[in-house]
Amino acid sequence: MLLRHTTAEVTERTALTINPAKTCQPIGAMYAALGVHGCLPHSHGSQGCCSYHRSTLTRHYKEPVMAATSSFTEGSSVFGGQANLLQAFETIFTVYNPDIVAVHTTCLSETIGDDISQIISKAKADGKIPEGKHAIHANTPSYVGSHITGFANMAKSLVTNFAEGTGEDKKQINLLPGWVEPPDMRELKCLAHRMGVDVIMFPDTSDVLDAPQTGKHELYPKGGATVAQIRSAGDSIGTIGLGHSASTRAASALEEKCEVANEMLELPIGLQATDRLIEAMRVMAGVKVPDIITDERGRLLDMIADMHQYIHGKRVALWGDPDQLVSLCDFLVCLDMKPVYILTGTPSTRFEKRVRAVLGDSVPDVKIRKGSGADMFLMHQWIKQESVDLLIGNTYGKYIARDENIPFVRHGFPILDRVGHAYFPTVGYRGGMYLLEKILNAFMDRQDREALEEKFELTM
Amino acid sequence: MRKVAIYGKGGIGKSTTTQNTVAALAEMGKKVMVVGCDPKADSTRLLLGGLAQRTVLDTLRDEGEEVDLDDIRRIGFGNTYCTESGGPEPGVGCAGRGIITSINLLEQLGAYKESIGLDYVFYDVLGDVVCGGFAMPIREGKAQEIYIVCSGEMMAMYAANNICKGIVKFANAGGVRLGGIICNSRKVDNEREMIEELARQLGTQMIHFVPRDNDVQRAEINRKTVIHWKPTCPQADEYRNLAKAMDANRMFVIPKPLEMSALEKLLMDFGLAEELGQDADATPAEIDLAAATPANTLACD
Repeated sequence: MLLRHTTAEVTERTALTINPAKTCQPIGAMYAALGVHGCLPHSHGSQGCCSYHRSTLTRHYKEPVMAATSSFTEGSSVFGGQANLLQAFETIFTVYNPDIVAVHTTCLSETIGDDISQIISKAKADGKIPEGKHAIHANTPSYVGSHITGFANMAKSLVTNFAEGTGEDKKQINLLPGWVEPPDMRELKCLAHRMGVDVIMFPDTSDVLDAPQTGKHELYPKGGATVAQIRSAGDSIGTIGLGHSASTRAASALEEKCEVANEMLELPIGLQATDRLIEAMRVMAGVKVPDIITDERGRLLDMIADMHQYIHGKRVALWGDPDQLVSLCDFLVCLDMKPVYILTGTPSTRFEKRVRAVLGDSVPDVKIRKGSGADMFLMHQWIKQESVDLLIGNTYGKYIARDENIPFVRHGFPILDRVGHAYFPTVGYRGGMYLLEKILNAFMDRQDREALEEKFELTM
Repeated sequence: MRKVAIYGKGGIGKSTTTQNTVAALAEMGKKVMVVGCDPKADSTRLLLGGLAQRTVLDTLRDEGEEVDLDDIRRIGFGNTYCTESGGPEPGVGCAGRGIITSINLLEQLGAYKESIGLDYVFYDVLGDVVCGGFAMPIREGKAQEIYIVCSGEMMAMYAANNICKGIVKFANAGGVRLGGIICNSRKVDNEREMIEELARQLGTQMIHFVPRDNDVQRAEINRKTVIHWKPTCPQADEYRNLAKAMDANRMFVIPKPLEMSALEKLLMDFGLAEELGQDADATPAEIDLAAATPANTLACD
């Protein structure tokens, strides 16, 4: 009982957060920057920040994550980090030769008030950014928002730095995937391709953080949205933004800068959310939905119908990021399951409203918590008060799963102790099937493990 | 919309000058917002008739992320919008970060949106530019013009020159320019001429000379701007003239900060003119430096 000191009784805390359900802004900015081809993320702060963010991404993807740092010293904190960043540009373009350096700030550089756009202008004026290369930035103080905020800020920065409206009407739509995994981004592109829709997707970490093993290490793997692609986003028919927390800023910036209208949707996790994405693409691009997609949908529906008896009415506790949670709840309700405890460390005004709307009256006593006070300690206390049948969340839930003996499906960020998330999508109809399979396996494995000998069944 | 930042040495009268000028601009029919960037939160007292206003940072601390524009923006004299960043009490926390946070929040909440129809935004910034946070109002996309409030006193001029060094840094990258020096008189010898010369050497102008007048103090005691308290007094006209000069100003420059020696020479040329028994008809600039040097040496001893 690793968490034996957790009590069922909840005392309202004013000052203490234990295992918050979120992490640093710069991790999100780094992840978004990796979704651009030939881009080297750069952390403007002390070395420790950069190490933590790189190692968390590396542990999650089992891939080497490259990023540079301004390596602040006490001197930089007093005199500002301009000299370090200027030196960094020179070193980076000489030694590592990326196409783009995407700078994100840290708590320290934000607090001392380093003005990154001014430093980048100076670097340009001093000739430290070679011809044809780019330096962009996003402000990402960790004491504001969460990793999702950092992702949203960097995604927006891609728009403000690169997107251009030239007046040409390109027959393509922009698809902002939000914070999803590389296989999710691949699946989204695949769906669009099957529908005959040309999409510009950014950030796009597929083939960057799940690049094939070729025997040769590539500092900049083949994947990622190119600058030319992001630039052309200003001429697209429209933008579909997925996940309000992660994609609204970029979508609005595109509308503001290049007058590309946007439609914001929830992440296409599960049957209905995927239906909405397919419908939005169909309408925006003026195409027909091919049979191959309709058939895929049918297979997911069949699987839901076949397995309904094992999942209906099950109580589920979830934690993670608002965009993922809203869609997961939508899917779980569609499966007749009951999301009873839902918690995110990311501040979001829309989150609670949407979750309640999605749940309708299916879970009248749902407990929801968001923002800086939302932590795994509280989640555990809720579970101690009245247990659940299933946990869905990132790796940090494994202690609760073990102590309370509850089946656990890993989903979200970070997952440090399993691998599937980096290879199999959870978006789209196929993603729905994969997710449903994981949920079913969790229940059935438990049943097999704990069944009395006389109740142990060959078929289930 | 013109975005203006007011800098200057602490206690020089930035807040008083800003609010009186803003009152005059409001009287001219301009729509103005004042953003106080001083943890003391006293930049809008005269416009609001008291220090009653809750600051942006107090509100943020109490309400969390869900803040409305109306929670942090009050209507002051002449329908001006007044906000105070606020910040920590002296000796704790980070006031500079407070300014960054509150300006970001104002932007997020749409306080500068075109639909609001602002003609002017004034940032009234604490004392000298001490850290990155206090330079926030002059970063790219924020205030484009700066006025420095100064008097003929040595330390005020020294501070003004120092602020110019900060402006140069930001001017080279962004669009910020110096619009002029406002002389808030302390009745120092040859003050007008000295500040005009300082402005000339910095490459800018003295946009207005505000004489010292006790009506300013009386209006402050009444928690009002002079324009509001006694619209007919001569000092009210001084602020009206300053407002007109600002409104008509087209001279925006990147300043050329002075070396310390040049600044000292300026003070000696003008400040010690009468002590040296110069001919009253001679303009101070004609004073022989050689004559002034020994006096200075004596003063230092």
